[in-house]
Amino acid sequence: MSGSADRLPRLLALVPYLMSHPGAQLGEVAGVFGLSEKQLIDDLQLVWMCGLPGHTPGDLIDVSWDGGEILIDNADTIARPLRLGIDEASALLVALRMLAAMPELAEVPGDALPRVVAKLERAAGEGAAAVSSQVAVDVDATPDALLRVREGLTRRRRLSLRYYVPGRDEVTPREVDPMRLVVVDGRTYLECWCYRAEAMRLFRLDRMLGVEVLEVAADPPAEAEPIDVAKGVFRPSPTDELVELEVTAAGRWVAEYYPCEEVTELGEGRLRVALRARDEDWLLKLALRLGDTGRVLSPPAMAERVREEAERALSRYAHRT
Amino acid sequence: MSRRKTERLLNLVICLLATRRPLSAEQIRQAVPGYDRDGDEAFQRMFERDKNELREIGIPIDVVRDPWEDEPGYRIERQSYELPEITLEADEAAVLGLAAQVWQRASLAEAASGALLKLRAGGVATDETIGAGALELRLDTRDPAFPALWDAVRDRRLVRFDYRSAGSESVRSRTVEPWGVVSRRGRWYLAGFDRGRDAPRAFRLSRITGQVATVGRPGSVEVPPGVDLRAMVGFPEEPVEGRTAVIRVREGACEGLRQLSTAVRAGSDGWDEVELGFTDPERLAGWMASLGADVEVVEPPDAREAVIRRLKGALA
Repeated sequence: MSGSADRLPRLLALVPYLMSHPGAQLGEVAGVFGLSEKQLIDDLQLVWMCGLPGHTPGDLIDVSWDGGEILIDNADTIARPLRLGIDEASALLVALRMLAAMPELAEVPGDALPRVVAKLERAAGEGAAAVSSQVAVDVDATPDALLRVREGLTRRRRLSLRYYVPGRDEVTPREVDPMRLVVVDGRTYLECWCYRAEAMRLFRLDRMLGVEVLEVAADPPAEAEPIDVAKGVFRPSPTDELVELEVTAAGRWVAEYYPCEEVTELGEGRLRVALRARDEDWLLKLALRLGDTGRVLSPPAMAERVREEAERALSRYAHRT
Repeated sequence: MSRRKTERLLNLVICLLATRRPLSAEQIRQAVPGYDRDGDEAFQRMFERDKNELREIGIPIDVVRDPWEDEPGYRIERQSYELPEITLEADEAAVLGLAAQVWQRASLAEAASGALLKLRAGGVATDETIGAGALELRLDTRDPAFPALWDAVRDRRLVRFDYRSAGSESVRSRTVEPWGVVSRRGRWYLAGFDRGRDAPRAFRLSRITGQVATVGRPGSVEVPPGVDLRAMVGFPEEPVEGRTAVIRVREGACEGLRQLSTAVRAGSDGWDEVELGFTDPERLAGWMASLGADVEVVEPPDAREAVIRRLKGALA
């Protein structure tokens, strides 16, 4: 909120903040408003020039920040913040409704949710409640694994997982130290230190075929840092090979399903996509799945491998039809 | 926005909040520094723009027309301006802290943090330490169409956009009464009434190409009471009686398939036989084709044919 277009809304929040937090420190307030101390002082200087009509010294807002301690006076007209806008209230209400849809996950105490919703709806202008009910977030049905994963989290125990990876049709056993649950776009993941990968990993709860709580204390290594999910849940490694496919309109799902580095429209719904492939086996499986709705352009040798594998598979069907 | 203008607008807000009686434009011109220098016409234009800007950030300006006066009067009613007194219990503050960090991108992340800032400015203690704990919740909106559709849903305006249906080779223009947006399994959908098809429809945001245009006046869309947005984007309920496929699997291969199958019979010729529930033969065929020469779908015939078709397609 440091852009100049946001300045007026910021000032209209800053003054009430200072009124309700007398003696607040420059550094603390700058942090709350996402400003540098210099920017904050500039805001205070501006506020100090404003006030009631007449604009005699007695009409103006009085601000001081001696020794870094901010005191404000004579600002009663704007002592309360502006009511929540429809977008502001709706953004929170949608999120609260989403929390309400996953009671087992959020573990929200008692009836706190409906109480907050009621208070917010009252604080918002008209219409916010209506808008927020026009946004729905579908949350996966509680996966069976949740109970044990929770136990591992609360008791800080290592977990033994059998994890299904559809792209490879593999089930791998993994021992992990659970760190926290992450819900992204309605899907639930366990963020954990994985001893097989020797790295932090996100595992989807609905792909855990078995979870066992081990009687071993979870003890993730010091380098186990939370994953920044703001950058997306699927992050192929930049060292994975960059491959290229061409897909028809019926194969466009590839571009929606996998994170692509480049997508080019070729007309008639066809696409050329460049994406990071974990390995050649994964790419082979994808190409076979696509059938005539896609083909591998690069690496060029891959096209031959796909043909060979398709021929071998077809020979099984040829021997008895 | 220049510093001078910010100052003028802040003074204008204070002036309109402080006055008990509505003020005419001329009275405002005298009272608010920054207006006094300009000629009549310049002032009128400036005042109009300022009113619009204040309204855009959500400040309610009342226009009062007194039959005995020529000019309308302006003021801001304190009650509709001010955030009502709110106090949150500790558990409520925790919930709100969790909710405020849900939105990841787009304008709503800003709206949520703006709301939180106003609440804190109003003396509400919010708790933002929860996210660092055992649970983090995120909603993502990378689809470029999202902000425009959110606005249209909020303002109840008709929208028009170009859309490519699943697997379709062409893009068609759709005119839709937006009823709501839905996030399902990591994707966003618009649910509404498709004017062209004269029926309710759901659209995946990632298949919208180009800009979303709003047509018609705000408030012109009526959302039918009791409409179930979630049901509109849900896949048709899977039939209770699914079908069963019989698949031969190479010994030691396809661990995942074996785990998900309902029965496994060990064979003697290096191949085992598994049974697997399915509903859509094409989906099954995609999966089975991806397993290449490690599997052979024995029956039913339509699934077997679908696999053969895919593999032949991969040959070409």
